[in-house]
Amino acid sequence: MKCVNHNTGSIDGKGLMLGRSAYTNDLADPNALTVKVLRSPHPHAKIRNIDIRKALLLEGVECVLTYKDFKRIPVTRAGQGYPEPSPHDKFVLDSVVRYVGDDVAIVAAETEAIASRALELIHVDYEILEPILDFEKAYENESIIHPEPEIHEMFPIGFEPQKNVAASYHMEIGSVDEILKHCDVTVSTSHYTQAQAHVMMEPHTANARLDFQDRLVIYSSTQTPFHARRIVSQALEIPMSRIRVIKPRIGGGFGGKQCLHGEFFVAAVTLKTKKPCKLVYTRKEVFESSYSRHPMRIDVTLGSTKDGKLKALDVKVLSDTGAYGEHALTVFMVAGAKTLPLYNKVEAVRFGGRVVYTNHTPGGAFRGYGAIQGNFAVESAVDQLCEKLGMDPIKFRQNNMIAEGETSPVFAKMGEGTEGTAMNMDSCKLDYCVNRGMELIGWKDKYPRKTISKTKVRSVGMCLAMQGSGIPYIDMGSAIIKLNDTGFYNLMVGATDIGQGSDTILAQIAAESLKTTIDKIIVYSSDSDLTPFDTGAYASSTTYVSGNAVKKAADQMLEMIVEEGAKALKVRPEDIHFDGDVLTVKETDTSMTLESLSNRLFYNEDQKQLVATHSYVGTKSPPPFMAGFAEVEVDLETGAFKVLDYVAVVDCGTTINPSLAKVQVEGGILQGLGMAMFEEVIYNKNGSLITNNLMNYRIPTRKEVTNIRVEFADSYEASGPYGAKSVGEIGIDTPPAVIANAIYNAIGVRINSLPITSEKVWAAIHSKEI
Amino acid sequence: MKIQIKVNGKIKTFEVEPDEYLVDTLRKHHYYSVKKGCDTSSCGVCTVLLDGKPIASCSYLSVKANGHAVTTVEAIEEEATYLAELFGKEGADQCGFCNPGLALTVYAMKKELANPTDEDIRDYLVGNLCRCSGYVSQHRAIKAYMEVRKL
Repeated sequence: MKCVNHNTGSIDGKGLMLGRSAYTNDLADPNALTVKVLRSPHPHAKIRNIDIRKALLLEGVECVLTYKDFKRIPVTRAGQGYPEPSPHDKFVLDSVVRYVGDDVAIVAAETEAIASRALELIHVDYEILEPILDFEKAYENESIIHPEPEIHEMFPIGFEPQKNVAASYHMEIGSVDEILKHCDVTVSTSHYTQAQAHVMMEPHTANARLDFQDRLVIYSSTQTPFHARRIVSQALEIPMSRIRVIKPRIGGGFGGKQCLHGEFFVAAVTLKTKKPCKLVYTRKEVFESSYSRHPMRIDVTLGSTKDGKLKALDVKVLSDTGAYGEHALTVFMVAGAKTLPLYNKVEAVRFGGRVVYTNHTPGGAFRGYGAIQGNFAVESAVDQLCEKLGMDPIKFRQNNMIAEGETSPVFAKMGEGTEGTAMNMDSCKLDYCVNRGMELIGWKDKYPRKTISKTKVRSVGMCLAMQGSGIPYIDMGSAIIKLNDTGFYNLMVGATDIGQGSDTILAQIAAESLKTTIDKIIVYSSDSDLTPFDTGAYASSTTYVSGNAVKKAADQMLEMIVEEGAKALKVRPEDIHFDGDVLTVKETDTSMTLESLSNRLFYNEDQKQLVATHSYVGTKSPPPFMAGFAEVEVDLETGAFKVLDYVAVVDCGTTINPSLAKVQVEGGILQGLGMAMFEEVIYNKNGSLITNNLMNYRIPTRKEVTNIRVEFADSYEASGPYGAKSVGEIGIDTPPAVIANAIYNAIGVRINSLPITSEKVWAAIHSKEI
Repeated sequence: MKIQIKVNGKIKTFEVEPDEYLVDTLRKHHYYSVKKGCDTSSCGVCTVLLDGKPIASCSYLSVKANGHAVTTVEAIEEEATYLAELFGKEGADQCGFCNPGLALTVYAMKKELANPTDEDIRDYLVGNLCRCSGYVSQHRAIKAYMEVRKL
């Protein structure tokens, strides 16, 4: 292969490094009004009265909008398939506020300073309602967060707002209770995972304008431009044909932009004032008023024979979706769907629980999407079972884990909000990943532990992980390829590059099929007027789903070129050999360059525009797999620990661009280590966010963990484009369990709640609660 | 009030508010390579060079820059292009939002430190956050840059 599986460099890296205008804020109209949002200071309150008169009188204020300006249309802001598995429980603006930071009113003014001043002039009289700030007390609490009658589910998701339940689910294969009775060894553990903030470098941004056809044009830093168009249309009752959503370059997403955050507000302001406007979230708003990872309590019970055959797997989840149910059901289900199949030889498996509302910042999509939470619980519990069995945790996993050619009944049972899809693991190199990872980390020499000094101990820990490659029968990607005169191509895709490099890898796939180089493929992505549909950048779908669409479109274009070449050279298509540049009649010297063929097609004879288009929807979701390993050094005096080495061996099929794939995993690992070690969304007792800036919410810098080593297994997924599976999320899943297991192996202390801070380790060493 | 700043070698006169930050002045005048990320000088995406030294322009008052020289990434195109190529090789470019600020800091580091160790490089660049890359690919590229583009 000439393009695929090569490090071609990205198609946009230079322009972005040089600071060319690319992001939503760069592309706003220079005269755009500044939009600002008045936010709730209370976690739960009813607006008795809102007085905007003084704000409206301020010179330079163009409009002030409150809930009174919007029809009560419940929607979900979550960008997912349609109908969405998230409850329609959000109004553009409402007379009830449900968390500190919730939207109260919108101001548009000539300058930012005037808009900020106008916010101060809005007087709101609140009736304080009882907040729910502990998710373990939300179920059937007297205080009901969503009593409003209009809200609804789009299909059964176990939505019971009167009980503060956004979604619930239960499934069982075999009888877990029966099997557990006959197990020699069982363990039951409880795990807590915290809210994590995405902290993409570009804050959420949207701008809007009316174009010369009087259509509404929204630029948005969204991962889901087509869902954004649909949801804005629903919420504001504008025909979809009057809306164009453009996704320019995005400065990181990680799931944080798989939701509408400013689109309603800029659309409403522009429709009201007829003027262009823009809304750039402050970092405080990104923390407080977008969304973060769903915190969960996960109870796991495992049962096995005394020789280490895992027989029963039981996972019970309570998830906190905060004030709104964005991605509530699906994140919670993925906690099971993307962990349980790892141990496919069990005789019974059960998964269930509920997602509850609280008066905190909503939960939402975040890389890993439930799998990181589920993985921490299950893979910590597996090590605890091994401890009880007196068995090597790697040997136990090797005996019980899923292997190539096998399946799990969980695939058919559990999808994302719906039934799942049965599938065989046609590519699964977990066995290689485990063995190679052991080698790289030096497991044999370092397990169980090494004493370095009186106060320092080193050890290693590991775990397995799996993710998916899009949602079968739901996620659709499509591509259009057109040939230009002189013989280069435009590739138009709905797929959404949010920084992960999808524009580049899709160009590589097209170039490979067209036997050309990526400089001949001009990529334009994610514009609802100009590119074909794509569900968006989420669920690790782009390489596999959108990549397959691109490959099919490119293969079709190749056929069209050969057919037109045959006509021009007056032979049959099967007589033509095309090497990407030249069409040759086989076994002759007669040939024609693509450049002259395309010029002929545009200007001379038999003129036509060659356009190929294809769509793809998966009939399965081949999981990428990985084994993660870490070596840690723990200081027994202080509880502080360092990650000396992190090793990941990943099976994601063919890597379309090995460097970009590697950085997806490296970046995922460090983001996962942040969650494992110190990142935590913290509220005060009144429900106000303490960690609302980058000084209080710390993300990893380049100093904490410097040794992250990633390798790929030699693997080929026949259903993927050139053998590829997706790789966007798998990297984040392992750090929490790996660190918990490594700390245990080092000092015999088990931390079951994230983040695993030095304080917790110290307290556990001294058996003290913190 | 009126101030004069030499931006990328050209003297410019700006009308600014007394409480206006340099990042806003620059963006208002279409220097879009200077990004706004955190409002608390924690993330480094707003980095510019003030008389050759990296500063966080989101917390530097424009009036304080009066009479000084400001460099944005546009003025170091050749160096940034080298860095971009090395980033591309490593897959380190990612979302790109932090890259102009990082390029300026790397450029300043190259001028300031002769033979930096891994630790020196990480210390110098610690204020430039990146959420995409996990930093290791950036580090590989930056080390190569320091080697290739020695002054």
